[in-house]
Amino acid sequence: MKGKKSRSSGGRFSEVDKKDECINPVSKTQEILKLRLSRNHIPSEIFGRQEEKRHLKDLIRRTGLFGESNSVLIIGPRGNGKSALVQKVLVELGEEEDIHTNLLQVHLNGLLQTDDKIALKEITRQLQLENTVGDRVFGSFAETLQFLLEALKSGNQSSKPILFILDEFDLFAQHRNQTLLYNLFDVAQSAQAPICVVGITCRLDVLELLEKRVKSRFSHRQIYLFSNMTFEDYVMLFKELLKLEDDFPDRRFQSDWNKSIEELSEAQSVVDMLKRQFSFSQDVCALKQLLFLPVCNLNEMDVPRLKPAMFVESMKISTSDSKSAMLHGVSILELCLIIAMKHLTDIFEGEPFNFEMVYNEYRKFAQRHSSMQVFHKAVVLKAFEHLVALELVKPVEGGSTKIQKEYRLMSLLLHNTQIMDALQKYPQCPTDVRNWATLSIS
Amino acid sequence: MKARIHILYADQLTWGLSTVFRQAVDIRYQPLYIIDMDSASSEDFETIIDEILEEIPCRQKQISTLVSLFGKRAHCTPGAIFLYGHASTGKSLVVNTLMDKLKLPFVILNCVECYSQRFLYEHILNSLHQTDLFAVNESVSRIKCENMNDFIRLFKQVLSQKGLDKETVYIIMDKAERMRDMESNILPAFLRLQELSSSNVCVILLSEIVWEKFRWGTGFAEPYVLHFPEYKKDELLQILSKGCPTDFPESCYVMYLNLVLSVFHHVCRDLREIQHLVNLNFMKFAEPIRNGEATSKDSKKLWKNIEPHLKKALPTVYLREVSSSQWQRYQAENAGDTEQENTSQNLQGLSHRCHVDLPYYTKYLLIAAYLASYNPAKTDKRFFAKHTGKKTKKISQTAKFRWEASNHVLGPKAFPLDRLMAIFYSIVEGKVAPTANIFMQITSLVSLHMLTLDPRDDQIITPKYKCLVSLDLIKSVARTVNFDVVRYLYDFV
Repeated sequence: MKGKKSRSSGGRFSEVDKKDECINPVSKTQEILKLRLSRNHIPSEIFGRQEEKRHLKDLIRRTGLFGESNSVLIIGPRGNGKSALVQKVLVELGEEEDIHTNLLQVHLNGLLQTDDKIALKEITRQLQLENTVGDRVFGSFAETLQFLLEALKSGNQSSKPILFILDEFDLFAQHRNQTLLYNLFDVAQSAQAPICVVGITCRLDVLELLEKRVKSRFSHRQIYLFSNMTFEDYVMLFKELLKLEDDFPDRRFQSDWNKSIEELSEAQSVVDMLKRQFSFSQDVCALKQLLFLPVCNLNEMDVPRLKPAMFVESMKISTSDSKSAMLHGVSILELCLIIAMKHLTDIFEGEPFNFEMVYNEYRKFAQRHSSMQVFHKAVVLKAFEHLVALELVKPVEGGSTKIQKEYRLMSLLLHNTQIMDALQKYPQCPTDVRNWATLSIS
Repeated sequence: MKARIHILYADQLTWGLSTVFRQAVDIRYQPLYIIDMDSASSEDFETIIDEILEEIPCRQKQISTLVSLFGKRAHCTPGAIFLYGHASTGKSLVVNTLMDKLKLPFVILNCVECYSQRFLYEHILNSLHQTDLFAVNESVSRIKCENMNDFIRLFKQVLSQKGLDKETVYIIMDKAERMRDMESNILPAFLRLQELSSSNVCVILLSEIVWEKFRWGTGFAEPYVLHFPEYKKDELLQILSKGCPTDFPESCYVMYLNLVLSVFHHVCRDLREIQHLVNLNFMKFAEPIRNGEATSKDSKKLWKNIEPHLKKALPTVYLREVSSSQWQRYQAENAGDTEQENTSQNLQGLSHRCHVDLPYYTKYLLIAAYLASYNPAKTDKRFFAKHTGKKTKKISQTAKFRWEASNHVLGPKAFPLDRLMAIFYSIVEGKVAPTANIFMQITSLVSLHMLTLDPRDDQIITPKYKCLVSLDLIKSVARTVNFDVVRYLYDFV
């Protein structure tokens, strides 16, 4: 496991940990599980996907061993194991001796290399050619890439194969002229040097993003990863994520723990929670996140095992409506303004309104009810601006900027149900205000 | 108008600037973390947590959730945590105190300051590296970083240099909503920082805006979202009562707080704002006790004494148009004044909102522009022609029913120059020659942002203008030239 690797360095640390292991297996378990639920973790076995894995492995191996040039796109929704698949394949190929020594890797990410110049620098760095390039000045992108590939040619005149992995592939398509993609695909297609380009993306229409000249150089090999998980698989995944493996030092604790996880997965409330989450999304990352808090709450003294209630609590936190939560915190005055806006939106059937209209509605209401105070316009305007700052109200786009803020057209970004829901739970809400909200059209 | 906006926000601005300076100094004295915290026994840890809970009341749930998410120093954390809640609900306070007390390695930055991505990266890197910004010799140079790619590389480098790769490093970003305005790759990249840099780092985002509004573009990793609810009334009371002066009986102070809250809680929930109001009016409240006119048990008398002052402060809540010292001086001056209306008039005078000084004819021009903007053109005849018909009554009745169409609700309308001049000549006293001087004044009103030139139409032959001043301002302008503007406004006839 990765946890071990990080521990093995530094004498003092390992000593401390050894002591820990003897004292409480719970905290050790917590550490392992936390690492497993974090984003850096590479799973030991990919769930399903054997066919795709074999395909990708074959492709990369052919480049590594025979110098064949390839290009492939891996397409699938987020959290479906695209990156995990690639990483897994790389780990497994890394164990094969001749590929490990022969194949060079370049990892690029669309979020990091935001233009082709940076990308090229990064490629140079990852191929460790900074010294070779030195202060040389190149005319074009293609020339530089050509030079880099030439420089990699070893003594026996054949280039070393390079594997390019482009994460967030769709972002590279937004670069000017798609120079990087054009050149990579061009090299791959014309077999100037053996390279394998693997793009990872979540956009299904990614091919439409490519320019014609880029598209025609792409091999059109695509691997689609769609979620084909059933609910049983999902529960299985849930158990896999929480179970301890056989290499855990304390055997008795491990079997004990795994038994408790089995029991957990059969508890009605946990099954309900999983079912709900499953129908929301089948994203593995979302599930991991859901499990993170219960694992964090483990404690050797009070909470040595995971309990169904912890998962229910975690689910409640992750699915709570944040806008309603924010609404509970506004002042009565701001709440009145929101209700006034709701009425205006109802009356004018979704047409935008301005501050003066809202103030008018508010004043009419406040004057009718003696329990309400009528505040100065400046104070009300400030409250209104606070709502705008919270982005519960938004200026209509395209409106002229040369207009007083009192008259700028706005639209309400809250749904009626959210307002009513907030009113129900609002602490010490005056009855007048509540009645006003339920009034359909005043 | 512009100037007014500036006054309102000046408070926030100076606050932002002060944090710049404070943080510039902070980098120097950032706490040195002690690496062998792990060996500290769990009892120590417990006492620290208890201390924090003691220090920050009413936030137990949030603190304990955060502490359990952080876990032990070497443990993994979620890649990103998003904390949201209203202003002054203790978001920054909780996070900063946790970092300080637990002696975790962290960098804190305010996104308002980072108007370019370079500042963002360099701040994080240099704080982690603890570069001495005030170093006289140039031997230690600042780390320079231009883009995300370099940032990730340098970040890993700094972590391994400083021996921080064994434990979680925290990056705290205040006012995270500003990150949406930066380059589109920054926010997703920070949310995935743990994955991208393959190191144990936790990015904590603080914001007043809900998480849904951050999802834009591609590459998002969902953070762990945690809500900081607003303080309830009794919680506010508990927190505010901590500020009781030492020489003052606490029960009486709580009573005072109750009074203040009962007046202001309707309109204001912001702890900081209420605290400001509490401090502002406390002198007045304590005055009879200090003078010996009343004892601290005399609640009715004290309430009688303070009530008008609180009522007076009510229209100024949140606005901060006058400084605290100005307010106190004003309160002292008006001590003997009992007339309510009079005081509220004076208060208006305190703010500069309704005060402009313009040349005589310009004032008339402005009034004419206002009338032209807010009156329908077809009613001009009725207001300004010498002989009016008998339609007055009928129109005023219909006007009352059609408030939706009223210009004071919908906003000013554009008018041609001819109409402005016609109204001007009919309202101005004495004869005025249509010289270039008069027309110059129109241009200067435009440059003062009191009028605006409508860009849609032909700007040379038939320029169209719109009046941008408020009714309050035009009333005060009209008062200075003895002109009853309300009589000429269609909406008020």
